[in-house]
Amino acid sequence: MPGSPWREDKAGYNNRLNRGPTKLAYAHRHLLAIEGLEPAEIAQLLDLAESYVLLNRSGQTARDLLRGKTLINLFFEDSTRTRTSFELAGKRLGADVINMSVATSSVNKGETLLDTAATLNAMQCDLLAVRHAQSGAPSLLAQKVGAAVINAGDGMHEHPTQALLDALTIRRRKGRLEGLNVAICGDIAHSRVARSNVHLLTAMGSHVRLIGPPNLLPAGIEELGAAVFHDMKSGLAEADIVMMLRLQRERMTGGEVPSAREFFRFFGLDSEKLAYARPDALVMHPGPMNRGVEIESRVADDPERSVIGEQVEMGVAVRMAVLDTLARGPRRNI
Amino acid sequence: MRDALFRGVRLLDPASGLDRMGELLVRDGRIADLGGGLGVPDGAEVIERDGAVLCPGLVDMRASLGEPGFEYRETIASAAEAAAAGGVTTLACLPDSLPAIDDPALVRLLAARGEEIGSLSILPYGAVTRGCAGETLAELGLLREAGAVAFSDGAHSIGPALLMRQALAYARGFGAMIVQHPEEPTLAAGGAATEGPLATRLGLAGIPAAAEAIQVARDISLSRLTGGAVHFSRISTAEALVLVRRAKEEGTAVTCDTAPPYFDLNETAIGDFRTYAKLSPPLRPESDREAVCAALVDGTIDAIASDHQPRDADDKRLPFAQASPGGAGLATLLAVTLVLVHNGTLPLSRAIGLITAGPAKLLGVSAGRLAAGSAADLCLFHPERAWQVVAGSLPGKAQNTPFDGRALEGRVLGTWKKGRLVFG
Repeated sequence: MPGSPWREDKAGYNNRLNRGPTKLAYAHRHLLAIEGLEPAEIAQLLDLAESYVLLNRSGQTARDLLRGKTLINLFFEDSTRTRTSFELAGKRLGADVINMSVATSSVNKGETLLDTAATLNAMQCDLLAVRHAQSGAPSLLAQKVGAAVINAGDGMHEHPTQALLDALTIRRRKGRLEGLNVAICGDIAHSRVARSNVHLLTAMGSHVRLIGPPNLLPAGIEELGAAVFHDMKSGLAEADIVMMLRLQRERMTGGEVPSAREFFRFFGLDSEKLAYARPDALVMHPGPMNRGVEIESRVADDPERSVIGEQVEMGVAVRMAVLDTLARGPRRNI
Repeated sequence: MRDALFRGVRLLDPASGLDRMGELLVRDGRIADLGGGLGVPDGAEVIERDGAVLCPGLVDMRASLGEPGFEYRETIASAAEAAAAGGVTTLACLPDSLPAIDDPALVRLLAARGEEIGSLSILPYGAVTRGCAGETLAELGLLREAGAVAFSDGAHSIGPALLMRQALAYARGFGAMIVQHPEEPTLAAGGAATEGPLATRLGLAGIPAAAEAIQVARDISLSRLTGGAVHFSRISTAEALVLVRRAKEEGTAVTCDTAPPYFDLNETAIGDFRTYAKLSPPLRPESDREAVCAALVDGTIDAIASDHQPRDADDKRLPFAQASPGGAGLATLLAVTLVLVHNGTLPLSRAIGLITAGPAKLLGVSAGRLAAGSAADLCLFHPERAWQVVAGSLPGKAQNTPFDGRALEGRVLGTWKKGRLVFG
């Protein structure tokens, strides 16, 4: 990427490493949502993440950075990918990482979210990554725990680290986040990834288009600053980025989408539809993919166009940056 | 019981149009006389408060009591305490308790509990369907005979059109109205906020405003078909109000009420997932709030009800979609209604009429007026005295007010039930 200010720059990485932790403007105790973050805060998280990409690629770790800190991954919803990413991020920074998933916790026995919060406080945890099926659950926990809370996906609300890793992927490939046309396609209504991405990308000056059948677009989403399309041809015109969303299979029988083949016919990404976008448009997907439902394998696996694998790599770096940033704040005693 | 003479107070009786400075004499639990120059009978207590208004004890046409079945939220005794502090002396209570009020004995029990407590007349609604389950009609005739003031399934909307038709037609024969929760149940299922940009931003499943209008439109048609009277509880959308207004102009047997949150708050009160502002129906956008105010002004809305829905902290300290909807409303009914007076929306007499004579007329009871010979159910309040709503220090058990932190003008100074001071 000639001219990119974020190209891999060994000297820059070494400078950052030698300076020690940079002072960040990030002015929040938690990371609960992208909405409400200033562009400068987003940019600084991305810059820090950038340095962790280089660190990870160099095969080194920074195990002294979060030594003695505890990260608990509290997952009320199954997710191998995000949980693993947080786990790896914590370990590479030297934190003690504990995974609590709903299947092994007392939450199944009727313990409330706030009882769980009290338990976590007693364990003196510093960082808490929370995934929950209910919108707002991490912010409820954040009011009651001493740890810094990272929203690892809540209901249909937000998934801030996913939007950050998507932004980092885009910025590294395109050299910027301003002025890009980003198309997000599929089941927008139920997608926290879409909401976080709309907030982040519009805050950074990109143009977001949302493409999907009208009943899978949430009411009033235009007011968040996105343009809405109901067909791939017009929605993908001039797109620099084509971001596909996972279609929840249960929605295909409930009446929202009559069948998988019908959905793929109109909203699934294949080479033909990808041709509507710019010739250098990149294909993204937050995973896990339903091949043949929202994306064709040929596109998903095309090394020229697909950056789906790179998104996973950026995920670890972004989560390292978030953990590093939040760990600098003091732990509150509750 | 000593006689009592209220002197130098503003007598306000929306039922008769009375609104002037004067005196009111209470003897043997009844209003003996009212007007001027009554003189102080021997041994009578004289009550004088500068700037105070004396109006009929408030009539609240919609409240849940928590009892039977949800005593951890509220009991009849604690609700009565909140009611007295709020100036309410007559209260129609919803039947969707546990068990539901679908048996004549339960109707009699509730009314008797009110008598026993003494500060509050309880007018029980009978269930429209057995167990308020929305399947088969309850024994409306027997419930009516036992004293059911009208019929309702409480927070449950009567869904199937055929069932609503039967209920309206059958209840008509017993001279009682059907009080409907106007929300089409399949559109509302699973929703936690009004569908729109705010719900989308918060990632909450939405209930479209059309869910209210659809149910209202259908039930207006069924009221025309059957001649049965339908009453819509806490109307909250512009679209539904247009339908009610037109139906009233056409002479259909349709009435409606609203509740303070729907004219004083809008959906932004749910802010960052504030579950105390999670109500049913959900709070609406500002344009709907304005439409509710306009309908209060033009008389489309017949009454303001507290819609008191007691909830325990554990019902509310949950992720928003899982939290139980409903707000405590008895203690704030008068003061939030007075906001409409202070901001120039309604004259004082109209506002008080909406919480006294208006609901009394709908319920067909003689409460809610200042008339010689009627029971001395009275509310003495200062319309300008300021106070702040603080969840945790409200009277009664339920503290789940959506108005937490709100500064209000208008304070109850005293409440009398059948001539006996029950608050103040």
